[in-house]
Amino acid sequence: MPRIVVDVMLKPEILDPQGKAIVGALPRLGFTAFSAVRQGKRFELTVDGEVTEEILAQAREAAETMLSNPVIEDVVNVEVVAD
Amino acid sequence: MTETPLIGGATLAPVDSRLAGARIGVVTFPGTLDDRDASRAVRLSGATAVDLWHADTVLADVDAVIIPGGFSYGDYLRAGAISRFAPLMSQIIDAANSDAKLPVLGICNGFQILTESHLLPGSMIKNDHLKFLCRDTVLRVENNNTVWTNAYAPGAEITIPLKNQDGQYIADEKTLDALEAEGRVAFRYVGTNPNGSRRDIAGISNAAGNVVGLMPHPEHAVETGYGPGHTGTDGLGFFTSVLNTLLGGK
Repeated sequence: MPRIVVDVMLKPEILDPQGKAIVGALPRLGFTAFSAVRQGKRFELTVDGEVTEEILAQAREAAETMLSNPVIEDVVNVEVVAD
Repeated sequence: MTETPLIGGATLAPVDSRLAGARIGVVTFPGTLDDRDASRAVRLSGATAVDLWHADTVLADVDAVIIPGGFSYGDYLRAGAISRFAPLMSQIIDAANSDAKLPVLGICNGFQILTESHLLPGSMIKNDHLKFLCRDTVLRVENNNTVWTNAYAPGAEITIPLKNQDGQYIADEKTLDALEAEGRVAFRYVGTNPNGSRRDIAGISNAAGNVVGLMPHPEHAVETGYGPGHTGTDGLGFFTSVLNTLLGGK
């Protein structure tokens, strides 16, 4: 089954408290190369059958209206992944 | 409905048919926690509480609506994000934006639902310290010219419990400046900012003043024996404010 992957990230100007907690914890495990972490969300929308342009457009609309909140988040990627 | 007797020496107000004629709806979503407290607060103020169900497609005959706190739909996706698309919310959004200007109060998760519904600007993200926080907070009434705040004196400081994890109010600078300029910051945290909210904002209103949202819980501070310090009843003013408006007092 093909899937449509939607990636959503907090807008760059919005502080990400979760990412901040993660970047604070990484050095304790010896991972010292990372100066910042931003945590996002990945959605996988499974499609029964072929992904048409119309279905992809629906996914984009869902991403903008429901899967993300434009006040705080950006949809950074919408792509089809075949298994 | 027979009310559980109050403790701590308070007495229930005598039934006033004029007040009881005001019907305040309280919405329940799957995962709502504070609907019963909100309904009780409505009854303690003298009005009639009307249970509303998220899946209803018609808004019952109510004079105002309270969207209470909790974790509606588990707060999956984002706090309030799925609730915003519940059938009853479409009715509430239309009624709030209509000429009738239905009074709507969103408390905690209800506030989050109102921002997701675009009835109020901005959004809530995780508390800056990442922890769930439950404590009494002191709020300053910045705008007592709304349907839900007119019973308070301007600048009054009230103590109301706060309990949430996603309580950090954010909006872009332009929106914040507009809120300040239009007097739409309804409440600000006094002393400690408990969650990193921009400009210490605890609650805001829409331009017309019929829609108000805040993170702290006025319905938990309405009767002696249960509220802050076991005596605080500062939250009652929200519920008497809307009655002032509905009954033409203000």
